[in-house]
Amino acid sequence: MNLTRMATLLAFSSTLALSASVSAETLRWSSAGDSLTLDPHSQNEGPTHAMSHQIYDSLVYRNQEMKLTPRLALEWKLTDDPTVWEFKLREGVKYHNGNPFTADDVVFSIMRAKHENADMKGLLTTVVEAIKVDDHTVRLRTDGPNPLLPNNLTDLFIMDKEWSEENKVAVPQNFKAGEETYAVRNANGTGPYRLISREADVKTELARNDDYWGKGQYPLEVSRIVYTPIKSSATRVAALLSGEIDFLLDPPVQDLDRLAAARGLAVRSGPENRTIFLGMQQAVPELRTSDVKGKNPFADKRVREALNIAINRDAIGKVVMRGQSVAAGMIAPPFVDGYSAELDRVPTVDVARAKALLAEAGYPNGFAVTLACPNDRYVNDEAICQAVTGMFGQIGVKARLDARSKSIHFAELPKGELDFYLLGWSVPTMDSHYVFHYLIETRSDKGGSWNSTGFSNAEIDGLIDAMTRETDPDRRAEMVAKVWNTVQSEVIYLPLHHQMLNWAMKSNIDFPVHSMNYPHFKWLKYTK
Amino acid sequence: MLAFIIRRLLQSVLVMLTVALVAFGLFRYIGDPINNMVGQEATLVEREQLRAQLGLNDPVPVQFARFVANAAQGQFGMSYRMARPVADVIFERLPATLELALISGIGALVVGIALGVYTALRRDGWLSQIIMSLSLIGVSLPTFLIGILLIYVFAVQLQVLPAFGRGEVVRLGWWSTGLLTESGLKSLIMPAITLGLYQLTLIMRLVRAEMLEVLRTDYIKFARARGLSDRSVHFRHALKNTLLPVITITGLQIGSIIAFAIITETVFQWPGVGLLFITAVQFVDVPVMAAYLVLIALIFVVINLIVDLLYFAVDPRLRVKRSGRGS
Repeated sequence: MNLTRMATLLAFSSTLALSASVSAETLRWSSAGDSLTLDPHSQNEGPTHAMSHQIYDSLVYRNQEMKLTPRLALEWKLTDDPTVWEFKLREGVKYHNGNPFTADDVVFSIMRAKHENADMKGLLTTVVEAIKVDDHTVRLRTDGPNPLLPNNLTDLFIMDKEWSEENKVAVPQNFKAGEETYAVRNANGTGPYRLISREADVKTELARNDDYWGKGQYPLEVSRIVYTPIKSSATRVAALLSGEIDFLLDPPVQDLDRLAAARGLAVRSGPENRTIFLGMQQAVPELRTSDVKGKNPFADKRVREALNIAINRDAIGKVVMRGQSVAAGMIAPPFVDGYSAELDRVPTVDVARAKALLAEAGYPNGFAVTLACPNDRYVNDEAICQAVTGMFGQIGVKARLDARSKSIHFAELPKGELDFYLLGWSVPTMDSHYVFHYLIETRSDKGGSWNSTGFSNAEIDGLIDAMTRETDPDRRAEMVAKVWNTVQSEVIYLPLHHQMLNWAMKSNIDFPVHSMNYPHFKWLKYTK
Repeated sequence: MLAFIIRRLLQSVLVMLTVALVAFGLFRYIGDPINNMVGQEATLVEREQLRAQLGLNDPVPVQFARFVANAAQGQFGMSYRMARPVADVIFERLPATLELALISGIGALVVGIALGVYTALRRDGWLSQIIMSLSLIGVSLPTFLIGILLIYVFAVQLQVLPAFGRGEVVRLGWWSTGLLTESGLKSLIMPAITLGLYQLTLIMRLVRAEMLEVLRTDYIKFARARGLSDRSVHFRHALKNTLLPVITITGLQIGSIIAFAIITETVFQWPGVGLLFITAVQFVDVPVMAAYLVLIALIFVVINLIVDLLYFAVDPRLRVKRSGRGS
């Protein structure tokens, strides 16, 4: 009797399991740095967004192919008034606490992210107001035509208005307030996973949101996520090798071969949205760190060109990056609007011509200058700088390497005080304007905050400004191309390479790399 | 006695102020927190505003005075990185560090004294020779290397111990302990060995040298002549007299175990204050760094005080001298 009962029970439970076809898989993963806060508007930073993407939904986001994809917004279009965008919202969506998602939440979240305490305000500067049309339609009015507004909303997460007001977090946290707000360690989103527990820097646990609107559309095979940041890269790798974690977001480059060869592990690679390049101060009358007095060698285009063709990008890719980079000719990865293979063509190495160009410019014996370089920000950043200083040495330019921590490097860089520096740039909006606005535009209160080359061209500035309002795609593409041509022909920067992204995981996990480095675990599948 | 304690406490305050001042002098050179706090989209004006808001533009003496005034009221400000009060963050992390330091300290002391006595008594035994040779490893290998070696052998190859973290913890009021769960205890083994190995070998070598010294003295010979048992001679008479320097060294070493747990905690991702400090340095989280350094100074000062008081307990001569002068 007992046996039959057990058999029926077993049969019953297996049918249950089949009918629900919901897997119970726990994914334990790690990376070096934890999310800074769960408040989705207060920081504009990669690891923070990576966590928020699990708990919260944005209106639109980038899929694996980097295409804009519906999320909480089903469709979006410019209205007849070119300054107004209209978003149709998904219906029947519920927050983790059961509250319904409506247009009020979108209006609230946009305005919250525009608050002066929010770091996300930088992406919404053109938005003047958010208007609720009906419960599932929202309009955003901008200060002028903004054809690219949806590109800026991919990391803009929608919070529950009711919950935020209940918990006194209707305003993002202010550092000066001296007190932590509820939203820093608690969350209520509409996303695929809900927060179970959070201890910053130690452990964050999420569980699958079984009422997720995307159920059936996405695999959602992971039922529980445990995130543990591990600072030391050797320990992170050891934890993956020993099977204590299943997924590693940032395996160190030197361990990739070993991880790929290890039994039961796999490394998946893809292009990252980041280009590494060198910048030169071209506007000051005399460089601070050079032996050339009274004039600035970088002001001469021939010198910049000489340096450009002295760099052996293939050697850097092979030796320093161990194949984990793609040599670059422009500061934008292939999925960015405005990219072209022609612009990205890698300059041919020509030491003889480089020397001739230097001699022509009046520096037959080269000159000395200090190259400032971060040593804890990009993949192998210091080694890259060491390699290029050697290459510059071949044409007589004695670059002294000053490798330092990112907190020093990035404090000095925006001040325009560095003569020669390494920087990496990613393009979250996937549009060339983002590159121009921060790296090419004249440094001012409005833009050019990372343009430390001193490059300033009124015509180019005009084009950069005009392209934000140009709604005709062809005319806009023309403007973008024009700016790129100037950037390339003037050799304002020396692009080195596009970084590659690697994720290491158990080999039974099928999870392609997302170029923004956001692991959307709802897409993760297990191979049977 | 009371006067002695008060005098020491006053000295301690001075020590801590000096530590804080030196720390503040150094903070200027580790960079600017602003870039870590705002996104790359922030304009120069926004950066400047935040800098002014946090008071980073004020001269260092002003910042220092503000820090001391707040610290005196128990206010250490907000962590730039975690957006939470520094005192909360540190007290959350302190149990992990103290537990690790305590276990590795006790382990080093017990094993160190035992091995020290053994190697002193069996000077020429083959086991003593092996122990002495191995102890060289403990003195000479850097901590992070020992940690990584242990992880490689016991976590990656044998897969018997966890490579990182603290395991499951149990909350007892505000204290969180890993000593009550199996995974917590397992997680403790490798970090405790890594952290305590240097101290263990140090104590062992110290005890051995002191023992050898004491065993040569007249009163030990006399004790033997009186026909006392070996056990009584070794442990009641000899060992007790070797303990004075051991206590001094141990006391100072406990301070450094807590302070230098930084490396061990980083290697094992042990969620203690050392790891907090390293993360703070990389982010230029000045409030956390300042509070941590003051806390470590406080721990050193308190331990030294305890060591001084222990002298009274262990060495009767000190008591006699004091009371003699006092009366």
